[in-house]
Amino acid sequence: MTNLWSHKGAEGMGYAQPAPLLHEDDLPLASGLLRSSLPRWPRLSEPEMVRHYTGLSRKNFGIDTGFYPLGSCTMKHNPRVNEVIAQMPGICDVHPHQPEHHLQGLLSIFHEMQHMLSVCAGMDEVTLQPVAGAQGEFTAVRCIQEYFRHRGEAQRTRIVVPDSAHGTNPASAAMAGFEIVEVPSTTDGRIDLDALEAVLDDTIAAMMITNPNTLGLFETDIAAAAELVHGVGGQMYYDGANFNAIIGRTSPGLMGFDAVHYNLHKTFSQPHGGGGPGSGPIGVKSHLAPFLPGPVVDVRAPRDGEKAVDDGRWYVWREPEHSIGKVQQWHGNAGAVVRCWAFYRRYGRELRTMTEHAVLNANYLRHAIHREAKEAGVDHLFVDGAVTDVAKHEFTLSMLPAKEATGVTAMDIAKGLLDRGYMAPTVYFPLVVPECLMIEPTETEAKSTLDAFAKDFVAVVGADADTLHAAPITTPVRRVDEVYAARNLCVRVPDEEL
Amino acid sequence: MSEIPADLRYTPEHEWLRVEGDLVTIGITDHAQDALTDIVYIELPGEGDTVGDMGEFAVVESVKSASPIFAPLAGEIVDVNTALEDAPELMNTDPYGDGWIVRMRLEDMSALDGLMDAAAYAAMLGE
Repeated sequence: MTNLWSHKGAEGMGYAQPAPLLHEDDLPLASGLLRSSLPRWPRLSEPEMVRHYTGLSRKNFGIDTGFYPLGSCTMKHNPRVNEVIAQMPGICDVHPHQPEHHLQGLLSIFHEMQHMLSVCAGMDEVTLQPVAGAQGEFTAVRCIQEYFRHRGEAQRTRIVVPDSAHGTNPASAAMAGFEIVEVPSTTDGRIDLDALEAVLDDTIAAMMITNPNTLGLFETDIAAAAELVHGVGGQMYYDGANFNAIIGRTSPGLMGFDAVHYNLHKTFSQPHGGGGPGSGPIGVKSHLAPFLPGPVVDVRAPRDGEKAVDDGRWYVWREPEHSIGKVQQWHGNAGAVVRCWAFYRRYGRELRTMTEHAVLNANYLRHAIHREAKEAGVDHLFVDGAVTDVAKHEFTLSMLPAKEATGVTAMDIAKGLLDRGYMAPTVYFPLVVPECLMIEPTETEAKSTLDAFAKDFVAVVGADADTLHAAPITTPVRRVDEVYAARNLCVRVPDEEL
Repeated sequence: MSEIPADLRYTPEHEWLRVEGDLVTIGITDHAQDALTDIVYIELPGEGDTVGDMGEFAVVESVKSASPIFAPLAGEIVDVNTALEDAPELMNTDPYGDGWIVRMRLEDMSALDGLMDAAAYAAMLGE
């Protein structure tokens, strides 16, 4: 394939620098800020450009090319009807600075999403502004921080996280200036209430936790944990990464949480394999609502001269009273919100069935893998990451027995799966499981896909160590040297290569 | 089966301590470096820093994870192995030698008695 950056092309081909609109002497810029030479952008004809990007797409692997059981990331199919709706002119050709009467359709979608997300999570108010789960976490802990400052409880400077937490939880809390208190899990992988109680006092601002947790286990003591944290005046924060396991069955509000973020790109749908664009709204109970970032969308009856759309209501932007300020412009990633709204509208109350199928698929696949492994005589090479009868929407396997027996690591198994045409599961997370593989099939995969994966997974586990150490051999890029990459960080193309 | 030298003290967090006169050298064990896999970066403390009992004094990053290193006992850091900045892999290749991390002057040398010896550490690892 053409190396785009090294392709100089011929004069008059492809991109050409337009003539400046103003003479250099007339520019309202200090002379030191002017370029001394033109940017060295590649010159390519249209067919060369098309081949470049088509070539890249053929090297890529996505949910559209194969099974993608990447635990914690909820890589489900993205219905194409979402794209049709997101590209309607009334949705994609408007700007938030237009007058509200131009935006009524889009604002009604935002308002409905705020309301639907509030109901699903048992919260009172929602902002759609954060554009990723971690940004939602940061936004929520900032709201909690402001809430305590307003109450004269600024001494609450610590946040509790379990040792199985998503790494973003302590990172978001630290970014907001909190000190992190890590509590160990019990040997069965759940909250240790005694360990939790031991760290609680009036310096605790909140506990951050996901349920089901990162081992795919439902935290059966969650209500007791919430009671303990509330007992010392702290807030409960729900990491919504695993919302696909509970939606319609229970809610963070019922469990006693005060704030939650949603990963719309996971639980609903939005292509997010390349790191975005995501959408990480947060929902809060009413006592935290005045601190949300603004604007949020509100609704009222139309006034004189306001011509409402179909539902007879009028939608307006509103700034929360004690807002922490913006974390993004306006409503965040509008396109992602609209796609997720379209997805939710197709399901309606059947979101509950979606969750049930996600949990069923995970448990089916877990049992299928164990059954196939037993038949093939390789069941001694891995164990469940957590001992349980029923997992939720994802499960973990520890390849520690394989590593001890033959030297084959979780990473080797992951690479071996690439050669069979699958995306690898999440590896080495959660950290509490040695040699961990974390598998999440989602509800959008057919039984035949799960059956085939179980057989292929077991075939990979049973392959000889040398083959696995050398894998992958069929992918456009073979085994990446992660050590070299980490020790020799290169984040821009050197000038001499342009 | 990892290497566990008989003349060192050990912590449950997989650090080793070597007593040399009134100073104590600290590093991570062979078991720890094996579990971390290839170490690519270490954030080191400064000489003269004081750390409390179980205070975090360094962060080790491997291709798998980032792990804090805790001071098993309170004291002052008197020497730092700055060679690790350019060659963090020394902790993988020679964890008990060139891969040492810091030397400390402990507040209370008798606190060493509370740490594990090689046999107890081996028992903890199940080896």
